[in-house]
Amino acid sequence: MHKLLLLGDEAIAQAAIDAGVSGVFSYPGTPSTEITQYVRSAKEAREKGIVATWAANEKTAAEQALGMSYAGKRAMTCMKHVGLNVAADVFINSSITGANGGLIYVVADDPSMHSSQNEQDSRVYGNFAMIPILEPTNQQEAYEMVHLGFDISEKLQVPVMLRITTRLAHSRAGVVRKEARQQNQFKLPEDLKQFILLPAIARKRYQMLLDNQEAFRRLAEESPYNQYIPGEDTSLGIIACGLAYNYLVENYPGRKVPHPVVKVSHYPLPANHIHQLYDECDKILVIEEGYPVAEEMMRGFMNRGKEIKGRLDGTLPRTGELNPRHVAIALGFEVAEIMEVPELVAKRPPSLCKGCPHIDSFLGLNEAIAEYGKGRVFSDIGCYTLSALPPYHSINTCVDMGASITMAKGAADAGMRPAVAVIGDSTFTHSGITGLLDAVNDQSNITVVILDNATTAMTGGQPSSAFERIEDICRGLGVDEEHIRIIKPLKKRHEENTQVFREELAYDGVSVIIPRRECIVTLNKRMREKFKEKARAEK
Amino acid sequence: MKNDIILAGVGGQGILSIAAIIGYAAVQSGLYLKQAEVHGMSQRGGDVQSHLRLSSDEIASDLIPEGKADMIISVEPMESLRYLPYLGPDGWLITNTEPYVNIPNYPDLEEVLGEVRKLPRHVALDAGALAEEAGSKKAANVVILGAASPFIDIPVEKLEEAIHFLFGKKGEDLVEINLKALHAGRKVAQADAEN
Repeated sequence: MHKLLLLGDEAIAQAAIDAGVSGVFSYPGTPSTEITQYVRSAKEAREKGIVATWAANEKTAAEQALGMSYAGKRAMTCMKHVGLNVAADVFINSSITGANGGLIYVVADDPSMHSSQNEQDSRVYGNFAMIPILEPTNQQEAYEMVHLGFDISEKLQVPVMLRITTRLAHSRAGVVRKEARQQNQFKLPEDLKQFILLPAIARKRYQMLLDNQEAFRRLAEESPYNQYIPGEDTSLGIIACGLAYNYLVENYPGRKVPHPVVKVSHYPLPANHIHQLYDECDKILVIEEGYPVAEEMMRGFMNRGKEIKGRLDGTLPRTGELNPRHVAIALGFEVAEIMEVPELVAKRPPSLCKGCPHIDSFLGLNEAIAEYGKGRVFSDIGCYTLSALPPYHSINTCVDMGASITMAKGAADAGMRPAVAVIGDSTFTHSGITGLLDAVNDQSNITVVILDNATTAMTGGQPSSAFERIEDICRGLGVDEEHIRIIKPLKKRHEENTQVFREELAYDGVSVIIPRRECIVTLNKRMREKFKEKARAEK
Repeated sequence: MKNDIILAGVGGQGILSIAAIIGYAAVQSGLYLKQAEVHGMSQRGGDVQSHLRLSSDEIASDLIPEGKADMIISVEPMESLRYLPYLGPDGWLITNTEPYVNIPNYPDLEEVLGEVRKLPRHVALDAGALAEEAGSKKAANVVILGAASPFIDIPVEKLEEAIHFLFGKKGEDLVEINLKALHAGRKVAQADAEN
């Protein structure tokens, strides 16, 4: 069959379409964004009536997916690793309710923090929820595991996690498609109390989850994606999880590893293969992308068995993304000297685009707040976080989605005046609204700057979920009408805008400033398309 | 056959278009391909790179091992040096000489080019100027691809086919410009390689 050249993310999206998904519910976040993007722009998905939508945040997205599963249809929810923190409540509890229609949580981790604030390993969450986890080795497996995930989910009535990392998400390779299958028909759960987690029912459901563990283990032991690959040199046995398997075989011509290897792509860890490896080999090396999850399980608390090597003993780096060279060193290979980067090569960090509205907002804020001194601006996650860098140096915090408003409130309650929050329009609707309500209720002295560029810019311009309704939301939450100020961040309006910042910084109570101007990237894109359309019309 | 290629540049300079052309040509030539890209934060004017691996055999790692790349293809001179740890001892470095200056501490260009010239196998060319001659400065990335083409184990006709396929939708003019750009770059590299 014809091969498609797909990113790992796109392979998952195409697989969902082919495996009979009825809905994909997500909030954008690198490196997971392209999955939902692909489904949204696929003609095939539209023809099949597949719902593909950007939700307000990962929690509301996952809950919509769970609702679709309740109705008997297959649903997928996609997020980055830190997005799972937001969706953790529904994630953990849905392992207790279980699924009806197949339900997959796709979670994309970001080891080395290419575009994230931490490198947490979602397999820990999967273990915490006690559900099966699939971790593809390559794009083809990523494609196939969506089908497998839905099958497991429906057969054992459990949500399944599909865990990928940045490298697979954003790497392209040939993928062979399977024959497409139909979507499920609408079908209520057989037991209409299944999803009512009142204590008496929840206890029963929890017991069912525990009873199912044996079935999950058996599935993993028999999974074609977990393999015991024999090898003659038993001085070392190797466990390679997900992508790490590629870095292992990269180091051996013809992929012939002389040591016995357990390739793991389907959790819980396949105990049968691992026991065999432990019995046959003198030492064990565990190679995994992310936290030393399998390694810690192998060591156990007493750690009195054979030597276990990996990220914990320094055989591999404790942090960051793996690569073939790290693995070569762990295997004891002589690695060739590599060239150094000449000293004159300067860092080139990302920066706000030329013409970005945030630039004018920060120049105004910087000037107005200068008289109060440094250290008073709490910010959030988006393009505007780049204002932490030179030449702006405008912000002092970036922690998690929505934390700008609530941290500013906490600091204001501690006596800081002024305390300023800077948050984007999409981040505000993601997790800022409830915090602003807290501030209004307590009449805290904060100024909230909601940078409204009418899009979710950092992830590529997805629609903002409260487009042109930001001020209505603020009014509805109880912010005084007179202290909701909308400005247009333009260079020529710098003086008047700075004056607005000054006035609101001096105000006692909650004030909101909304600098509103479209993101320069989406504006340019829109103009190009308009131009093209015009050219087509004239032809 | 195996070609491990690092593509380098600054976000927005079009290295993914180079990757798309080589990628299409490779698939049409029946080769295996893996291509790791950079998405997200760095695309906002930061340094970006892509690992492009072509092989007649199945490819394991999405990342090229350090010290093993066959070539670095860069659309920006300083960026070409950032990935030297990946270049193998016999590797080629093909770079644009025109700097993209969006940082205050960009080093002296002559010193940057001096570092490029230290490498035994390099091609350095002003791609923007050649692209303008071909009809559009925007085709500078394809000039660079042309300069790399003698060292990539894919027939140049396949690269031409890929340009037809990828730019065809945008009009025949653009196809012609990019074909000219490809051959302008290729000619420079062939002359350099002979010397």
